[in-house]
Amino acid sequence: MSLLLDAILALLVLAAAVRVAAGGDGFARVVAFMGVGLLLGLIWVRLAAVDVALTEVAVGSGITGLVLLQAAADAPLTREREVGLLYHLCAGMVGLVVFAALAVVVLLLPDPAPSLAPDVVRALPATDLGNPVTGVLLVFRALDTLLETMVLLVALIGVWSLSPDRHWRRAPAPLWPAPPSGALDFLARVLVPIGALVGIYMFWAGADVPGGAFQGGAVLAAMALMAMMAGLSPVPAIGGAGLRLAVLAGPFAFLGVGIAGWFLAGAFLDYPEGFEKTVIIAVEVAITVSIAVTLALLVLGPPMGRKA
Amino acid sequence: MTLVLDIFTVVLVAAGLLFFIVGTVGLLRLPDPLARLHALTKADNIGLGLLVLGLVPQAVVAGGGLEAVKMVAIWLLVQLSSGAVSQLMGDVAYHAAMTADPAAPDRSAHGEEPAP
Repeated sequence: MSLLLDAILALLVLAAAVRVAAGGDGFARVVAFMGVGLLLGLIWVRLAAVDVALTEVAVGSGITGLVLLQAAADAPLTREREVGLLYHLCAGMVGLVVFAALAVVVLLLPDPAPSLAPDVVRALPATDLGNPVTGVLLVFRALDTLLETMVLLVALIGVWSLSPDRHWRRAPAPLWPAPPSGALDFLARVLVPIGALVGIYMFWAGADVPGGAFQGGAVLAAMALMAMMAGLSPVPAIGGAGLRLAVLAGPFAFLGVGIAGWFLAGAFLDYPEGFEKTVIIAVEVAITVSIAVTLALLVLGPPMGRKA
Repeated sequence: MTLVLDIFTVVLVAAGLLFFIVGTVGLLRLPDPLARLHALTKADNIGLGLLVLGLVPQAVVAGGGLEAVKMVAIWLLVQLSSGAVSQLMGDVAYHAAMTADPAAPDRSAHGEEPAP
């Protein structure tokens, strides 16, 4: 029975992926892409990787989907005619090679597959965390997470650098150009407080159960965007000191903790003995704020006059 | 007692699935955006409501009352967003139809999507 469910999910993902790649209307393809993300989220749940599922749905499908939707609206139809048959063949070949390589790697894995999971579980009590995924992200592989927050920061700088000089430091265009409607206003007034609570809960619960800074931050970003869409909150100017502080807080608090680790605990990103949980939570708060603000600003785009 | 609860679940979930199937058929077959929205919201509201109601006894038996409260909360949130979002989409579809054909203000162009 569960095999049937898995097979249906796998086929649905393939069908949606083909729809994304098949060409035609950009808008429909982006919607299909968001569908792929939701289905992948279900598959991650089936694989008992709920943390990954939440991230895939919130960031991969939700926030990325919003960015792509805007791109599709700004540049309506990429003309398939301009792209020759050779291009399609080459892209198909590259896809096949990647697929074959992945298949070989997965099928040739020794049984049982090599795993660091037992080591993680053995070392987890020292971190005072209950969720092994959070333990890996913030303790055992903290450097990766630090670099991820830096990548987000660099991405935002890249988006902002698309701004024409005359709009620099101004506010991005609102997502919803139409005058505020009653339904949107009502939805935002009721949903935003609930969603903000859910976002904070996801971040807070991440220490012991699936959730964490990225998932909670993405939900908080969505709520901020919704408040802006409904006209309840103005779109912030990117020159504001508070906003820039919020963007920088996470990466640099993390970096600061990492450097302090050299002096207090003997190694970069090593947490001082006895204060692991406190430091981890402080870093997580800063990262969550920065991720929420950065993701919302990435969706809003550079400050420039966007076509309505 | 368990048997009664199981029958209750099966009947209500089956009824909920029926609403989803009918809603999906409507989404694929109905001629214009407003009618398609009408089909979609039935699946969202009643279909999901029946699924949740059918699963509530199972959740109470397996995990206690809190699981059931969570599922009902999810249904209420979906109600809220689906109702508001279909209002917004209906608004866009209606105005697109008005601009395309002012003579027929209550129907959008058949078989044609409004411009996004």
